[in-house]
Amino acid sequence: MTLLLTSMLQYFLLIPFLGFIFSLFIPNKMENTVSRTVLFTVGSHLILSWGFLIIWLIYNHPTLEKSEIILFKTNEYQFLISFYFDKISAVYLFVGSALTFLVTQYCRWYLHREGGYKRFFNIILFFYIGYNLIIFSGNFETLFVGWEILGLSSFLLIGFYRDRYLPVKNALKVFTVFRIADMCLLIVMWMNHYLWRTNIKFSELTDEQFISEHLQNHPILGILISLMILLAAAVKSGQLPFSSWVPRAIEGPTPSSAIFYGSLSVHLGAFLLLRTFPFWQQLTSIVITVIFLGLFTSIIATGIARVQSSVKTQIAYSSIAQIGLIFIEIALGFHELALMHFTGNAFLRTYQLLVSPSVVSYMIREQFYNFIPRYHVDKKSALRKIKNSIYLLCLKEFKLDSFVHRFFWNPLKGLGRKLNFLSGKEIFVFFIATYFIGLICLFNEQSIPKEVCKYLPEFFAFIGLLMLLKSFAEIKDALLSWVLVIAMHLYRPLSMALNGDIKTNEIILYLSGVIISGVLGYACLNELKSHEHKITLDQFQGHSYEHPKLAFIFLLACLGLMAFPMTPTFIGVELIFTHIHEDQASLIFFAALSYVVSGLALIRIYARIFLGPHIKTYHAQPSGSS
Amino acid sequence: MNSNNSIFYEHEVLHELKRFLPSQAPLKDFVHRNILHAFQNFKFYDGIRHASKIFGYFVSLQLEDYRSLYISKRIREDILKRIIADKKGLEHTNEWMKNVLSKRYDTSISSRIGLLRLNWKIQYRIDLDLSVHPFLFRILCSYLDQGISIWGFPVGNKGFLSSIREIEENSFTSFFKRKRAKELLLKGNCKIEDLLKILVGDESLYKQYLYDQQFAHQGWSGMVSTIEDQPQSLLNPKKISIHDLIIFELLLEIDALDFQFEEDWLPIGSNLKNRPEELFEEVPKTELDEVLSIWQDAFEWSYYDQVLAAIQLQKKKEESTPFHKSFQVFTCIDDREVSFRRYLERIDSECETFATPGFFGVEFYFQPEHGKFYTKCCPEPVTPKYLIKETATKKGGRKKEAYFSKLSHSLFRGWLITQTLGLLSGFKLALNIFYPSAMPAMASPIAHMDKASNLTIENINTNHRENDLQVGFTIDEMLQRVETVLISIGLVKDFASIVYVVGHGATSINNPHYCAYDCGACGSRPGSVNARVFCFMANHPEVRAILGSRGLTIPIETQFMGALHDTTRDEITYFDENLLSPVNSTNHKKNSPVFVKALDFNSKERSRRLVSIDTNLSAKKIHKEILRRSVSLFEPRQELNHSTNAICFVGRRSLSKDIYLDRRSSMSSYDYKIDPEGKYLFNVMKPIAPVMGGVNLEYFFSRVDNYKLGSGTKLPHNVMGLIGVANGSDGDLRPGLPSQMIEVHDPIRLLVIVEQFPEIVLGAINQEPETYEFYINEWVRLVAVNPETRDIFLFKDGSFSIYRPLTRALGAISDVITLIESVKAAKSTHIVEATKENLPVYLIH
Repeated sequence: MTLLLTSMLQYFLLIPFLGFIFSLFIPNKMENTVSRTVLFTVGSHLILSWGFLIIWLIYNHPTLEKSEIILFKTNEYQFLISFYFDKISAVYLFVGSALTFLVTQYCRWYLHREGGYKRFFNIILFFYIGYNLIIFSGNFETLFVGWEILGLSSFLLIGFYRDRYLPVKNALKVFTVFRIADMCLLIVMWMNHYLWRTNIKFSELTDEQFISEHLQNHPILGILISLMILLAAAVKSGQLPFSSWVPRAIEGPTPSSAIFYGSLSVHLGAFLLLRTFPFWQQLTSIVITVIFLGLFTSIIATGIARVQSSVKTQIAYSSIAQIGLIFIEIALGFHELALMHFTGNAFLRTYQLLVSPSVVSYMIREQFYNFIPRYHVDKKSALRKIKNSIYLLCLKEFKLDSFVHRFFWNPLKGLGRKLNFLSGKEIFVFFIATYFIGLICLFNEQSIPKEVCKYLPEFFAFIGLLMLLKSFAEIKDALLSWVLVIAMHLYRPLSMALNGDIKTNEIILYLSGVIISGVLGYACLNELKSHEHKITLDQFQGHSYEHPKLAFIFLLACLGLMAFPMTPTFIGVELIFTHIHEDQASLIFFAALSYVVSGLALIRIYARIFLGPHIKTYHAQPSGSS
Repeated sequence: MNSNNSIFYEHEVLHELKRFLPSQAPLKDFVHRNILHAFQNFKFYDGIRHASKIFGYFVSLQLEDYRSLYISKRIREDILKRIIADKKGLEHTNEWMKNVLSKRYDTSISSRIGLLRLNWKIQYRIDLDLSVHPFLFRILCSYLDQGISIWGFPVGNKGFLSSIREIEENSFTSFFKRKRAKELLLKGNCKIEDLLKILVGDESLYKQYLYDQQFAHQGWSGMVSTIEDQPQSLLNPKKISIHDLIIFELLLEIDALDFQFEEDWLPIGSNLKNRPEELFEEVPKTELDEVLSIWQDAFEWSYYDQVLAAIQLQKKKEESTPFHKSFQVFTCIDDREVSFRRYLERIDSECETFATPGFFGVEFYFQPEHGKFYTKCCPEPVTPKYLIKETATKKGGRKKEAYFSKLSHSLFRGWLITQTLGLLSGFKLALNIFYPSAMPAMASPIAHMDKASNLTIENINTNHRENDLQVGFTIDEMLQRVETVLISIGLVKDFASIVYVVGHGATSINNPHYCAYDCGACGSRPGSVNARVFCFMANHPEVRAILGSRGLTIPIETQFMGALHDTTRDEITYFDENLLSPVNSTNHKKNSPVFVKALDFNSKERSRRLVSIDTNLSAKKIHKEILRRSVSLFEPRQELNHSTNAICFVGRRSLSKDIYLDRRSSMSSYDYKIDPEGKYLFNVMKPIAPVMGGVNLEYFFSRVDNYKLGSGTKLPHNVMGLIGVANGSDGDLRPGLPSQMIEVHDPIRLLVIVEQFPEIVLGAINQEPETYEFYINEWVRLVAVNPETRDIFLFKDGSFSIYRPLTRALGAISDVITLIESVKAAKSTHIVEATKENLPVYLIH
């Protein structure tokens, strides 16, 4: 029976994937066909899931495992999609399939006649693919792929009303926060590679003996990995100091906010912790950190929730506070409780968000009959002073909202701006010159002193990063910004080639992805420029209003260039990572940062050009404050 | 509008500013109003042109939309030509036809508002809105919050600015990031003028700066201004004024600039490169403006003309001698009641229906038993002096909804609730999605008043007062009200045995704008109490005796009976059935199936606009679907409310009885014969312009600019402090109507058609300047129909002149149902597609 169940695992991905592909090809206007297709997809997924769960329970809920698709393989490394199923996946599958099905049915009518009806359902399925990838993932690589899909679908859903300023701004904001988690996972994957010397699977993490042996050999690496995992989990679950993204993500139609930010998406951080628990439970310091993080978050988020005067943000913060408690439960080892808590919280917050518009008539009626005026004392005591201070802090959300920007991205942007003295042409000359030098070094490696040679890969990786930062900070020329990202990609193989035994076919694979998407994107921008004459990056221009198809193609090009999972570039990046040596921490840091910033820079270009209020004013437009 | 005013008079500027801000009240008191009321002192097209240029609103459909409406024949060629000839002269017709149909224009708009403050972005490279708005909104919302937050504003009982000041004084943290603003608030002079001096510098720019600033978030500013003027619209009282808001915002702006530039910045007026245009300077008329106004007129008259032609084309009925009347019905003038009346008349040809504003002429505050407040039950401008109290209700009326409990937001109880209720909510959700049923979260008109309760309607001792309100009405006061209503609507003889007085209300769920669905004439409340109160008065023997002595005899066997029509669910609830005489009880039993059947058909007619229902099903089945829909959480359009309203009839039923108007008209009953001098016409006309005109203009502007004058799609709305809705967590309040309410609406002005001689109509409308403004400036169009000849006179520039419809013939139908079943639903919300659903006028045989 276990065999049968194991063989079924892949269908949980296949169904939403097929549904997604099919739904892409339905014409925009056919509302009913779109929603029926999606409902059929999630419906069959639901039936499969629950049938599966019943059989699985009857046969004593075995832990299932399956290594599926080997995407590529080198002597020392293979990237494979593998599946794993245990009680944690089971609970997440149960909740996820139930909620997605219900919300899809809900949205069929709710979104009727809404512009972007089809886009909405496409994204739902896209999200669902990512969700299933994560909960069924058998290793970090698979989980990472799901993680990336989730990040992108969140960006698209938050920015669903792409003609308004705030949704787009907040979508971008949330995307930048998610990017931190991506970076953490990327580093975790790389560090794992060195910790285990093999492609670690989640199933192997259950072997305590095995883990403690490795941890003894590399205690610091163990701590670092755990911290990175914790950071990634904290980002996704809106724990401190990242909490403020959750209320800001509530920009889409109510049901989408309900299912993603009320329930499924925010609980995936907890999933990550549950999944990796066997690993970090042996590190007492990490366990304590998780407990304190959960504790602080739950206290502070409760405080913030108490002062919220809008329904949805109040629910968002209460949800975060409960997830803080879930973190504590996980750290203490009460996993059944944590799973139950997750289930309850997910259902409760979804429901509360869905009925939130009813709050007005209900509360006003309640108040009409039971009004008790708030009691105000004019005493000016010290206690009062403390209370006021806390109130004000809660109202300001403990200044968390600007935190990520202040500490993560603004310094990077500042660095990029420092390069503003270089004009487009100068950059080009600089690029040719340095690249030429790089190539000379590559072909004459013997004649360069070893001490210098050692630092060359880092040097070129750093220049690549600088290009990217300039791209990220560019506010005028969209084409320049685009080309700079390509430039970064070109430095990367150079840097890796200097680093050692990279194979030509790996470089070709990598560059093919870069070139195809690079050219495609360039062509899109050029095409747009021929229509609009001027495209800048200093404000949102909303060109998707007139050029929706171009916007879509450009988004694909962006995905290609940012090494979105399953593009050739992604595989190239993965391969290149394997060639970084254990002692090259700075190189891995540059590489991971480049990966993350390139995503940001590209999505920013996309958002600035194609999203937001349309720059032309011949049709009605939302005001900037909405 | 004092332009070129170089000296800054704070009081005057704020007063003007408040006039232009949106005046939508908090959600619980939502009333339809003309959104551009501040421009009503202009002629319609001049007014909207100014509004567009000054504030950047779209005030008409887009040129392309009109042209496609023309191609789809919804705008008629003959009408277009006539309008051009009228406006531009016959000799220019060809030239203007070309302009209108094919000339290319730059239709983009650029507004004057915001240009001054834009210089922060251009010259200082700082986005003040971004750094100030979210925090400002948060504080405003927390201060004004009516009960969402668990921890309320610490000093909520003082004025806004004093509260802020007190917290700032007594706190280790601060609202501000730098010292200067804090000190200005606590010690220094923080008059508006002083702060503007720091920020703007140049006194001649102060006024414009304030407009720029406040219109950058007109939602919140409008809400503050409205609450300042109507503090009673909050249950939890708050003292706030636009003055306080401006001071606090100016301080935040100073603070944001200090934070960025360390006090090292010059006021915006000091090095202004190009001075922005004066806001209220005359806006010159462009050719495009004229083209758009021609199109708008053509669009309106393409419809009006059919209606007016229909009045003349329908067969004149012989004035028949009174025959037996099975029953009589009073409904509200609301456009949703017309089809209901039509079905009643179809099913029982012996019944007779009348319409009058749904508060039935009785104005009062209502206090339900155990209610802590009074609810106003009359049109918005009226301030009643009476109180009606409810007593003897049954216990346990209101059900609680645990999911709104604030406990779920606390940490530990929240932990318990998620494990218990949380798990249950999955089932609840599934249940509502597949088997929707009534739940406490919904807004139901029946909850307005307990059906079985008693009301204190009669006042025996005039000293019986509460809070300066007289409890109940004296006989004289009753008499006066009953008499006015009966004579106004023209029911003075031939009473049937039962007169049903039917108020209306609406059920809805997940709908923050639930008030907009109830009866506008009852101050956005259901009309049930008013209906009962009126019936009590009309049934009162003493009232009847005096009425009789004045010649208005109501037969002793006639009884008035109150009822409530739920316009969403198409259900009717009767009140005080036990008071009917045995004979009338039997009559009522005979009549009630007529109501049931009429409501079934009414829901069938409504269903053609609702995609989730197949209109070809039987009326009974459709009605069941309608009931399901009304309690479905996932249904953003439980009903379409006043969508497509276009016409208002004032006259006898025969004026429009044989015309099929597709629920696009409201009607107010009036008989010119009883009122030859127009004494009562003034009363009848008084609410028409502000109420029906207000509804119409709100729909109009929300339709043409749903982003700035409407509230956009309701799907992402977030309820702020129980007073308004916004997008997301940091957005401005969104006044106006959501797109789901206006998407099938044709933006055309209301045409009021009065059946009375023109000179008498003129005498009735020009008595009150506020209502006359609607007509003379053409924000509402008006025609008078000569009741004897049925000649039509159009009101223009202060006088009536004859109008001859171009329409010669109209389609005829014998059965509305067949027509409805054959109509297809629109596929999209695009104007041409969506308004294909709006049917032409038919004559009913």
